[in-house]
Amino acid sequence: MSPGPVSVEAPALDIDALIDDPATQIVVCCGSGGVGKTTTAAALGLRAAESGRKVVVLTIDPARRLAQSLGLTELDNTPRPVSDIDASAGGSLHAMMLDMKRTFDEVVIAHSEPGKAEQILANPFYQAVSSSFAGTQEYMAMEKLGQLKASAGTEAAPWDLIVVDTPPSRSALDFLDAPNRLGSFLDGRFIRLLTAPAKAGGRAGLKVFGVGVQLVTSTMTKVLGGQMLADVQTFVSALDTMFGGFRERADATYRLLSEHGTAFLVVAAPERDALREASYFVERLDADGMPLAGLVVNRIGRVSATGVTPSRALAAAESLEEGGGPKSASNAAGLLRLHASLVRTAERQRELADRFSRSHPGIPVVHVPALGRDVHDLDGLRAIGHALAGS
Amino acid sequence: MTTDPDAAPWARARLHVVTGKGGTGKTTVASAIALALASTPGHVLLTEVEGRQGISQTFDVPPLGTEETRIVRLPRGGEVVGLSIEPKAALLEYLQLFYKLGRAGKLLEKFGAIDFATTIAPGVRDVLLIGKIYEANRRRRDGKHKGEAPPVYDGIVLDAPPTGRIGRFLSVNSEVADLARVGPIASQAGSITRLLESRRTVVHVVTLLEEMPVQETLEAIDELRAKGLHPGAVIVNMVREPLLDDTALEQARSGRLHKASIRTQLGEAGVPATPELVDGLLEEARDHAQRIDLERQQLALLESTGLPIVSLPALPGGVDSGSVRELADLLVPLFVRHGATPVGTDLGSDLRTNVHTQVSAHVGADVGTDVGTDRFEA
Repeated sequence: MSPGPVSVEAPALDIDALIDDPATQIVVCCGSGGVGKTTTAAALGLRAAESGRKVVVLTIDPARRLAQSLGLTELDNTPRPVSDIDASAGGSLHAMMLDMKRTFDEVVIAHSEPGKAEQILANPFYQAVSSSFAGTQEYMAMEKLGQLKASAGTEAAPWDLIVVDTPPSRSALDFLDAPNRLGSFLDGRFIRLLTAPAKAGGRAGLKVFGVGVQLVTSTMTKVLGGQMLADVQTFVSALDTMFGGFRERADATYRLLSEHGTAFLVVAAPERDALREASYFVERLDADGMPLAGLVVNRIGRVSATGVTPSRALAAAESLEEGGGPKSASNAAGLLRLHASLVRTAERQRELADRFSRSHPGIPVVHVPALGRDVHDLDGLRAIGHALAGS
Repeated sequence: MTTDPDAAPWARARLHVVTGKGGTGKTTVASAIALALASTPGHVLLTEVEGRQGISQTFDVPPLGTEETRIVRLPRGGEVVGLSIEPKAALLEYLQLFYKLGRAGKLLEKFGAIDFATTIAPGVRDVLLIGKIYEANRRRRDGKHKGEAPPVYDGIVLDAPPTGRIGRFLSVNSEVADLARVGPIASQAGSITRLLESRRTVVHVVTLLEEMPVQETLEAIDELRAKGLHPGAVIVNMVREPLLDDTALEQARSGRLHKASIRTQLGEAGVPATPELVDGLLEEARDHAQRIDLERQQLALLESTGLPIVSLPALPGGVDSGSVRELADLLVPLFVRHGATPVGTDLGSDLRTNVHTQVSAHVGADVGTDVGTDRFEA
């Protein structure tokens, strides 16, 4: 008996079924940089709102024009209602841009005593951590998602669906790893080492760690300089009181992501690198038991003409050019060459997308055609939403 | 007319930092620049700092580790050495080098100090990554970091973080210098800042002729300039030449391409001119014309930076180690200074002569040459 086909046609991703299902409460759009995650998130949010959902879109770092299309003119870390949407189905749309420094500041203020909060906010080490270090954006996106979810359903926060765009990370996986990394750091011996002197009121506290501690602190002092280490110690001990809450919330948000009600959409461009990154992500979501809704392959090349193969078009173009006919002959040749290159590009893109589907059978896929221009307004987002829904 | 690599902003550069928005092909371009610099012949280090293994995928070699490994050998002894810099290894190496730590290194690791320094502590991760490049830049052939011996590397190319993070990445040393006001980290951060702000370091920005990458490119260039860093070339990647002339594009845009005569010509060439085909072709032509318009607007924005603009063609079959060499050959005339005798990176590709005309450089007022703002061919 001959074996059956190994490749399986990828099932179609039904975006409308996903966003119309009231059980869907969080949609996370992830993928590598430059694939159109933010636009996809915004288009999806608009489509859901216009079909009756009450939606908030959390964008991380939108292009200016995309932000303008949602009516976001400033980065103020608060969901703002988007006007001019079609609310006839009873839906609404809010949108916000994440300000990671402000989110961090708010966490500090909300969870420490007034005097202590000021002390933390003024610490140079805190200022650096909260504004520039790798990973803060991911922690804060997770924190913000938790806040949006916690406040959902109130009058000021009417949403029942949160659409999240993920930060333009080094790797798409950073978003998932950030809370764990924070957790393991907070549990680590090093942080206890740093906080020990403050807790025990002096160096005596270090004794609990036994030999080696002196060596470690003296090395740290030597390498970092005493001042920086002192700043770090002040920062860590000041933050110590709120660390627990911080970690619990990050853990809770992480659990939320793996629950029924959350859907991950992996977004990719039809290119080798972006699809490879999408593969990593899909495998990781699976390993973590995170609910994957499907893959969006963005910006597939558009082909309008039918009835001639690329090789036939090129042969015809060549004979027209050789014939040395009128201007219309060279124009026709140009059109045929253009068509051949469009078809070949689209074929290569489909082949790359198919290769993904062969190695990840069963994952629903939708192909979104390339638009001529970037999105500048709600109509552009609607067009993308339309394409996402496969119509 | 030829481009004068001696007058380009990167004429005195030893460290070529390559950034760009995700998806613009910065790893491919960084690889091509490394090959071009190695063609003189030279000994060039090509590094990545984000653990993506983009370099090994581009050259189709096994994944790079934290050891410097030769990945390409060129005629006459030029070579490209690859390195994937990893912060933990860089920190341990750094501690060993400067403090002869021995047991303390292991202890630091055990106490989580290494994790702390490389993942949580602000900026330290980036300082370590750049610090490793700084070290490689200073290393001499006798293994020392000062003295008369010639440097190990004739040039270093860094496949850097994307445009959104490049300013912060390159200025992290001055930030850390503020945090650690004294101590060896502070003084090393100072030396690194001096290297990065000197003419020995240049930052090339890779873009496509699309709105978002161009916008990010302009923002990155402003940021780099504000931080006292030196932008080099704007490298426009994956450029496709128009398949219609300007008159035909204008007609296609306004729907005035003459349908009947197109139909006749298709018939002459033996292609059955069904309405689906003809209407489809005209629609494709209109999309094409609109795209070319958009690209020209974007190019004009890039030209307003006054930086040299280098255009690289789209590779029909995608990127592989052979096509990177083709791109490198296009870059040789722009990156190899007079007096050096490039030998080419591949051994005579036919494509080279065809695509040469697609590489053009535009050296603006920024470098103070007499070439004005004309566009000219390489």
